[in-house]
Amino acid sequence: MSRLLPFFAFVLLAALLGFGIWWNSSHDPTAVPSPLINKPAPSFALPMLDQPTHSVSKESMLGKPYLVNVFASWCFACGEEHPVLMAESKSLGIPVIGYDYKDDPNDAKAWLAQHGNPYDTVITDESGHTAIDFGVYGAPETFLIDGKGVIRYKRIGPLTPDVITQQLKPAIAALEKEAP
Amino acid sequence: MTPELGQLALILALMLALAQSILPLVGAWRGNRALMAVARPAATGQAVFVALAFVILVWAFLHFDFSVQYVADNSNLQLPWYYRIAAVWGAHEGSMLLWVLILNVWTVALALLSRQLPEVFLSRVLSVLGIISVGFLCFILFTSNPFGRLLPMPPDGADLNPVLQDPGMTFHPPVLYMGYVGFSVAFAFSIAALLGGSMEQAWVRWARPWTNAAWGFLSCGIVAGSWWAYAELGWGGWWFWDPVENASFMPWLVGVALIHAQAVTEKRGSLRAWTILLSLFAFSLSLLGTFLVRSGILTSVHAFASDPRRGTFILCFLAVVVGGSLLLYALRAPKVAGGKAFALISRESAILIGNLMFTVAAAMVLLGTLFPLLGDALNMGKISVGPPYFGLLFPLLMSPVVLLLPFGPYLRWGNSDVPVLKQVLVRAGIAAAACAVLAAFFVQGQLKAIAGVATAVWVGVGVVLYVIKRWREMPPGRRYPAEMAGMLLAHVGVAIFLIGVLLSESLSVTRDVRMAPGQVAVVGGYEFRFDGVTQTVGPNWHAEQGVVTVTRNGAAVAVMHPQKRTYAHEQVQTESSVDPGITRDLYVALGEPMDPSHIEGAWALRLYTKPFIRWIWGGGLFMMLGGFVSAADRRFRVKREADAPQTIATPVQESQA
Repeated sequence: MSRLLPFFAFVLLAALLGFGIWWNSSHDPTAVPSPLINKPAPSFALPMLDQPTHSVSKESMLGKPYLVNVFASWCFACGEEHPVLMAESKSLGIPVIGYDYKDDPNDAKAWLAQHGNPYDTVITDESGHTAIDFGVYGAPETFLIDGKGVIRYKRIGPLTPDVITQQLKPAIAALEKEAP
Repeated sequence: MTPELGQLALILALMLALAQSILPLVGAWRGNRALMAVARPAATGQAVFVALAFVILVWAFLHFDFSVQYVADNSNLQLPWYYRIAAVWGAHEGSMLLWVLILNVWTVALALLSRQLPEVFLSRVLSVLGIISVGFLCFILFTSNPFGRLLPMPPDGADLNPVLQDPGMTFHPPVLYMGYVGFSVAFAFSIAALLGGSMEQAWVRWARPWTNAAWGFLSCGIVAGSWWAYAELGWGGWWFWDPVENASFMPWLVGVALIHAQAVTEKRGSLRAWTILLSLFAFSLSLLGTFLVRSGILTSVHAFASDPRRGTFILCFLAVVVGGSLLLYALRAPKVAGGKAFALISRESAILIGNLMFTVAAAMVLLGTLFPLLGDALNMGKISVGPPYFGLLFPLLMSPVVLLLPFGPYLRWGNSDVPVLKQVLVRAGIAAAACAVLAAFFVQGQLKAIAGVATAVWVGVGVVLYVIKRWREMPPGRRYPAEMAGMLLAHVGVAIFLIGVLLSESLSVTRDVRMAPGQVAVVGGYEFRFDGVTQTVGPNWHAEQGVVTVTRNGAAVAVMHPQKRTYAHEQVQTESSVDPGITRDLYVALGEPMDPSHIEGAWALRLYTKPFIRWIWGGGLFMMLGGFVSAADRRFRVKREADAPQTIATPVQESQA
C-alpha cells in the first residue's frame, strides 16, 4: 500500500494543476483583487483642477454613486482609454470624477484641452498621497463608489468598450436596483 | 517552401518516434530480436529529422524569413546574427523544438555509447525515451508549431525580448535543457528495470554516469541563469525564488539525492526502491517544470505566452508519463529491502540523512511554488510565499547536510569506526572556529558573514584533510579515481558557494543615489564619481550611457559604463555595468534622469559593492565539474565479467520474472 503513496500524491498534484488551468482560463491571472472592494472608500479631500481653492471630499459626494477615474497626462495607457471615456462617460448616468494622479496641473489642463474633457469634475493629487490610501498601482484605474461611500468595483488598467458594457454598466445597474 | 519541409521533418520524426517507442517494447516482451533491433536506427533517424527541422528554423532566422510567424515575432532586420540564432529558443515554440532536439541528442548518445548493455534492457530504455519524444513532438505539431506561416509577409519583424539579448541568455536555455532532459535517461533506466523486473544492481551502475552528467549540465544551466539574472535584470540579486527558477532547482535538488542514492544502490545494493523512486521524481519534476513554465498557470517574471490548450496537453502528458510510471513503481518495485545491512554510523546513514534533507527541500520548494495556486483552490484569495519562506526553510534544511558533509568520505560502508571521525571533528572544528574568530575582526560582528566563513572552512578543511589522507595512504595512480575526484570537487564547490552566499548577503552595500555630473558617492569604501551621460548606439539599439569612475583611497579602480538601452519598438532595457573581482564586484545600474528633458543633468543611480558574490557561481561551477568528472570514471564504462550472464539471459524469461 505504501508503494502507492507517491502515485496518490501525484494524483492530488495533477488535480491541483488541472484546477490551475481551469482557473486561469476563467479568471484574469493579472487581476489582483482589490482588498478595498466592498470596503468604505478612504476619506479624501482634494482640490479641483480648475478651482484649486475648492475641494471635493468623500463627505461632499455621499448620497449618490459616482465613478473615480485615475488618469495622468504622462500616462500612455490613459491616452488609449481617453476616447473610450469621451464616448461613454455620459451614457453611464452617474457623475464621473477625473482623478489627476501625480501630475502637474498645467500639464493636465493642457492635456484635457487637447483631447477633450469627459469628466464632470477633475480633482488633483499632485503628491500621490491620497492615491496610496486608494491602493492605486498606476494610472489608469477606475473605482465605482456607491452612495454610502463604499467601493463597489475596481478596474486596473484602461477601460475598454467591452469592460464598460460587460462589467461597469452591470455594476452600476446593480447599485441602482439597491437604491430605495 | 523550406519551412514546410521543417514541418514535414517533424512529422517524419514523430513517425519514427512512434516506431521507436512501440516496436522495441513489443520485441523485448515477446523476445523478438528483429523488433528490438528497430530501436537504434529509429532513434538515429528521428534525431536526424529533428535536427533537420531545427536547422531549417535556424536558417529561417538567419535569412529573415518573416513569412514564418515565429521568426516575425522574435527577430527583425537589425538583430545581430548571434541573437538571431539565440532567438530560435527565445520563445515558446522554438524552445520546445530545442527540448526535443536535446532529448534526441541524449537518446543517440545513449544508443551509441551503451553497446555493452543487454539488448533487452537497452530496447526498453530507448522505447521509454521514444514515448517521451512522441509526447513532445505531438505537443509541438498540434499546439506549438514553429513553422506556422504569416501571410502576407511583413517587411520587418518584431523583436526578440531585449531581456534575452545577452550572451548569458544565448547559452543558458540549451545547457539547462541538457540537464532537465538528461534526467530522462535515468528515468528510462528505472522504467526499463521495473518493466524487466530484474532488480539486479547492474542497471544502476549503467545509469550513474548519465545521471551525473545530466546533473552537471543542470548545475551549469542554473549558474548561467543566475548570472544572467544578476547581470541583466539590474537588481543586483542572483536568485529570486521565482517559479521558473524553482522549476529548474527542484530537479537539481532531487538530482543531488539521486546521485548519492545511486552510489549506495550500486555499491551496497540497499535503497533500491528509493533510487528508482528518485529517478522517477527527478524527471517528473523536470516535466512539471516545463508544465509550470509553459502553461502559464503561475505568473512570473519569465513571461511566456500562455495558452490553456498547451497547459491541458502537457497536463495530460504529465498524467500519462508520471502517473503511469508511479503506478508501475507501485506494482513492480522490489518488495523486500535488499542489500547489505548497515549500522547507525555508516556512510549509508549519512547519505540517507542527506537524501531526506534534499527531498524534503525539493518538496518545500514545490509547495512554495504552488502556494498561490493552492490559495485559489482553497478559496483563500491570492496568496504567495516569497523569499522569506524559502530563505528561512532552505538554510534550515541544508544545515544538517553542511554539518555532516566533512564526515562523508571518512565514513565506511556498512559500519564505520568512530575515532577517525572524532579526529575530523576536532581538526575541522578547530580550523573553523579559528577562522570564525579571525573573520569576526574583519566583518564588524556580522553573524551571517562569520557563519559563512566558519561553515565554508568546516566543509573545505574536511575535504582537504581527506585529500591528504588519500595521498599518504594510497599508491600513486590509485589515490583519486575520477568518481572520487568528482565527489571531492563538488564538495569543495559547496564550501566555495557558502562563502559566496553568506559573505555577499551580509556584506553587500547598496545605495540609491541622485547624482549630478562630478558628484562622488562613497559605497563600501569605494568612491564612485558620476561623470555624466552620453549617447551611444549598438547594432539594434541606442542608449544613454553613464560614465562612472571608481577609485579607492584615490587610486583608480575601474571606469564603468552602465546603459539604458532602447531597442526597436521602444522597449527599454537597463544594462548594468559590473566590474568583477575575486573578492568583490562593483555594480552600477543607471536609473532615470531627474529631468527627462535634460539628460546632461542629474540621474538616479544604484550603486553596489558585493563582496565575494562571484564565489556563488564559482561554487556552482565546481559542483558542475564534479558531476562531469565523476561521470567520466572508467569504471562505469568497462564491461564487467559479472554482466556477461545477463547479456545472454533469455529475454522471454526475464520479461516474465
